[in-house]
Amino acid sequence: MSVPISGYLLLAAVLFAIGVIGALTRRSGIAIFLSIELMLNAANLTLAAYSRLLGDRAGQMVIFFALAVAAAEAAVGLALFIGIYRLRRTIDVNRLNLMRW
Amino acid sequence: MEAAVFLLFGLVALVSAIMVVAHRNPVYATMSLVVTLVATAVLFVLLGSPFLAALQILLYTGAILVLFLFVIMLLNIGRERPSGARTTAQTWGSVLLALLLAGSLCRLLWDAHSDSVPAPLEVQFTSLRGVSDLLFSTYLLPFEMIGLLLLVAVVAASWVARRAEGEPPVDPEEERP
Repeated sequence: MSVPISGYLLLAAVLFAIGVIGALTRRSGIAIFLSIELMLNAANLTLAAYSRLLGDRAGQMVIFFALAVAAAEAAVGLALFIGIYRLRRTIDVNRLNLMRW
Repeated sequence: MEAAVFLLFGLVALVSAIMVVAHRNPVYATMSLVVTLVATAVLFVLLGSPFLAALQILLYTGAILVLFLFVIMLLNIGRERPSGARTTAQTWGSVLLALLLAGSLCRLLWDAHSDSVPAPLEVQFTSLRGVSDLLFSTYLLPFEMIGLLLLVAVVAASWVARRAEGEPPVDPEEERP
């Protein structure tokens, strides 16, 4: 018995929502970053499901590029965390209030 | 068979995703994300994209999450401290918001695709040859630009994370505020 495409889409939607909860509630910068990766992964799953639904390889290409951009984003983001840690000795986003009004 | 694999790995992905956002220890959260990504790679195989599943495991769990673990250990990040009353209200608000988001997304997707039948699976779609034919013809320019982007990201990352002249190295044993 094969799985309907909507199963994959619903699973991806729920994974995305879990990532949203993490990004909004966690206070460690690394944990927020992990939640964002989770959301990115859910979006990739949606793209794969639609690629399969339409039988079009273009969806796979988009996932390929999304993976590469995620690698670049992770490198720059983690370097920023290291830089912030050097200056402030913390990456708790509640303590990083320099730009708060 | 396919349904059983989907249910098993979908459940694994969900549980470990909840672990990612719920665990206060960043190392465990990262390892849970590894489990989520591997489970998603299995789902990619079910969706007829084994090339992407291999990339997902090589790139994500092999490179990106190892980078996360390196930074967590380099900065010696401990457990997150329990939050005060104000953040609890924030937590419930964001959980409500996420439930609303998940509900409306599921409703929309279900309305649109509850009876959609996927296109017949072609060899061109699943095979490495089919995918790379497309990648190195139609998508050649974006492919080269992704290489440039990665180079720029590497240079930028090593510049941002460098130690300034005269600055002492970060001491992990130092008392943290």
